[in-house]
Amino acid sequence: MTLAFLNLTWPTFANGLALGGVYALMAVGIGLVFGVLRLVNFAYGQLIMAGAFALAFGSQWGFPNWASILFCFGVVLGLSVLMDWLVFRPLRTHSPAVMLVATFAVAFLLQNIALLAFGPLGKSAGALAILNAPWDIGGVFIKKIAVISFATAVGCLVILQLLLTRTPLGLHMRAAAMDFRTARLLGVRANWVISGAVIVSGLFAAVSAVMLSVQELTVVPTFGTQDTILVLAGVVLGGLNRPIPATLGGFSIGFANGILGGVLPSNQSQYLPSFLFAAVIVVLLVRPNGLFARGGGTVERV
Amino acid sequence: MTALTVEKLSIRYGAVEAVRGLSLEVKPGEIVGLIGPNGAGKSSTLHAIMGAAPVTGGDVRLDGTSLVGRRPEDVARRGIALVPEGRRIFGELTVDENLRLGLAGRRRGRNGGGLTRAFDLFPILREFRSRQAGVLSGGQQQQLAIGRALVADPDVLLLDEPSLGLAPKIVDVVFEALTQIRDSGLGVLLVEQRAQRTVALADRSHVLANGELRLTLGPEDASDTDRLVAAYLA
Repeated sequence: MTLAFLNLTWPTFANGLALGGVYALMAVGIGLVFGVLRLVNFAYGQLIMAGAFALAFGSQWGFPNWASILFCFGVVLGLSVLMDWLVFRPLRTHSPAVMLVATFAVAFLLQNIALLAFGPLGKSAGALAILNAPWDIGGVFIKKIAVISFATAVGCLVILQLLLTRTPLGLHMRAAAMDFRTARLLGVRANWVISGAVIVSGLFAAVSAVMLSVQELTVVPTFGTQDTILVLAGVVLGGLNRPIPATLGGFSIGFANGILGGVLPSNQSQYLPSFLFAAVIVVLLVRPNGLFARGGGTVERV
Repeated sequence: MTALTVEKLSIRYGAVEAVRGLSLEVKPGEIVGLIGPNGAGKSSTLHAIMGAAPVTGGDVRLDGTSLVGRRPEDVARRGIALVPEGRRIFGELTVDENLRLGLAGRRRGRNGGGLTRAFDLFPILREFRSRQAGVLSGGQQQQLAIGRALVADPDVLLLDEPSLGLAPKIVDVVFEALTQIRDSGLGVLLVEQRAQRTVALADRSHVLANGELRLTLGPEDASDTDRLVAAYLA
């Protein structure tokens, strides 16, 4: 069975949805930290890489899958909190340019540590590869991981939405993202809000690590880097300082990536990122505030 | 019991000394005015009390405990609430959410009555509680900003030019509310440009110019325009 145009099949469509969901999670993870710290964390992909290595080692050491996943969450969260303490907080009052360069440095540092420790060929990915087997849904075979990824992403986003709208911490996080100085004058604790954002961001990185590593045969030190760059493009595409548009931007680019990856002939799929970035440039030329931003806003020039 | 004591306070931004050796006291149940021309150091004083401006000398104490060097959120959580200049409400949040943000400054183990305190003083806030705060009028936003400070159940309320940009009728509403707040036992430190009204309302008013205390006036001086003008020009 095919969708009406191209050779787009339902499984490809499902893969697009699944990748869109994971990219949306990553976009939210990057956006939450940007909201409270005004810092674009370029090292987000390295958190995902670390999580994927944790999964691979978990399998190698014979952990059951649940334990590997737990190990992955532990590693990613630990690294997130460490990054926050050692880099983000000490540099919080510095200029955005300093923080940006600092996260680049952290990204390269982590990537090179992985290169030294695990080598360029990396490790074979974990035992979760069984999730690549298909489910028969009404005669259409769809990979289990596609269904699980999409459902997990939706679930995470719903829980986050509840956290942000129904709890005091969520209210404080939203207020801090709008006007940190005033929020603090009202008694909102800066440290709690930043920790909240960093931890949720880390949790989403860990979820993304699990979902992305299922579909890979090996985990290498550059794992997650290209995904992160695409997500950043998606976040900019949606509008960096608005959570919902940023999420939609991440979803869009993930969806496009998944669909094009399935539709393009395999000898052309290496050009996929070029297509996507070209599309992002065109969209930003036409709508500089982002694809999903409401009209009339001003563009902040950095 | 003295609620808030400012003693020989000095504030410096780089080479600029904004406030020099300022001393004042705010006791429970009184309004203390702080007036003076632009740039006199009035807002800087409020920010220094909140821990949001660099104190280079002197002390700020709440019931004997020094507040100097504490973070703004910790000062807020000790019972001092600020109504900032320009109101600084969160326009994208609802009235209700803005008020609930004020609860962040509540002290541990104190209930304070939730949002009712704000609603009792400004019934309009209850009526509009589910609206986006950004669509409220300037006067309503000022009421929201004061209500938001009060739900923290503070001992001392600091206000930075609450009448700025408001129509005279709304200014009456705000000043009437300040009287009620004083009568409920709070200490109020009111920074204002409307000198004459402030002097008439406050139990004491300090005139600040070039970062220094020039003169202290009582309500009986409100009609003495010459003295006010002289204080400003001194």
